[in-house]
Amino acid sequence: MSTNTHAAGAHDHHHDDGHAHSTFSGYMLGFVLSVVLTAIPFWLVMSGTLPSKQITALVIMAFAVVQIVVHMIYFLHMSPKSENGWSMMALIFTIVMVVIALSGSLWVMNHLNSNMMPIHQMSGMK
Amino acid sequence: MTVAVNPTQTGEPLFYLADEHPHPEGYSTSLGFWIYLMSDCLIFAILFATFGVLGANYAAGPAPKDLFDLNLVAVNTSMLLLSSITYGFAMLTMQQNKVAQTQIWLAITGLFGLAFIGIELTEFAHMIHEGATPQRSAFLSAFFTLVGTHGLHVSCGLIWLVTLMVQVGKFGLIEANRRRLMCLSMFWHFLDVVWIGVFTFVYLLGVLR
Repeated sequence: MSTNTHAAGAHDHHHDDGHAHSTFSGYMLGFVLSVVLTAIPFWLVMSGTLPSKQITALVIMAFAVVQIVVHMIYFLHMSPKSENGWSMMALIFTIVMVVIALSGSLWVMNHLNSNMMPIHQMSGMK
Repeated sequence: MTVAVNPTQTGEPLFYLADEHPHPEGYSTSLGFWIYLMSDCLIFAILFATFGVLGANYAAGPAPKDLFDLNLVAVNTSMLLLSSITYGFAMLTMQQNKVAQTQIWLAITGLFGLAFIGIELTEFAHMIHEGATPQRSAFLSAFFTLVGTHGLHVSCGLIWLVTLMVQVGKFGLIEANRRRLMCLSMFWHFLDVVWIGVFTFVYLLGVLR
């Protein structure tokens, strides 16, 4: 794999215009990591290896987060330096928005669910 | 990039570029496209939130356990992942100015994308045949909206891919086509990132529930 890095790397140096240039080894590393990070959660759920569902859920969510980061770095070529840092800025802003929207919706709606009047009481009110 | 506040002679602040210099064509395309992807990300975030809220409301209908075939989802996931890496190869051959090879990798990417859409539509058709339509329960409405929106994005990506293959065939790997392929690359990998969320939160956690 390292020979490929040099072959692709030597080609890249001439037209370096500030964009992150992709290399064969970078894509392959990202791909192998993604396959592993996809296969393990599927295996965990399909085989039911872990003792409790809560632990399995937490583990596969952790795998998803790691895989998203892997994709960002190796496939989308994110780095703090790309576009003078503006893409990272947009990304961080989006992550903040997504976290607020997701956690806020789930939290509020969950409370709303538990504060709802149970159905059997509602039928008694008629 | 930063718009500085230029003090004029009179000392008043100026909130625009006083000497606007021309930029080369496509100078800000990749940043602009990235910002579009981020706004698309917000659409998916809202759909994920909706699914998170409604995902357990089965209305006495079928639950994820009865509907989802994880083997099929695993195959589907690998299709999308393979299409990501083949698009990567298309970008690498594009950097080396190899038109024919770029076209071949783009075609292979398209076939994997087509396989993904085909499997997804088969799954949808199977579910609807069993009575698990979007109207059946809040869970199914949220499911079809979220997964369907992702599938629609992939379909649009496929149309875009074919368009660019025609463009590259006609005009070669000119600067504009490189820029367009770069944008589609970001779009395609972004859809794979969204799919990580879909298979984890919808399929795996759904079956686990």
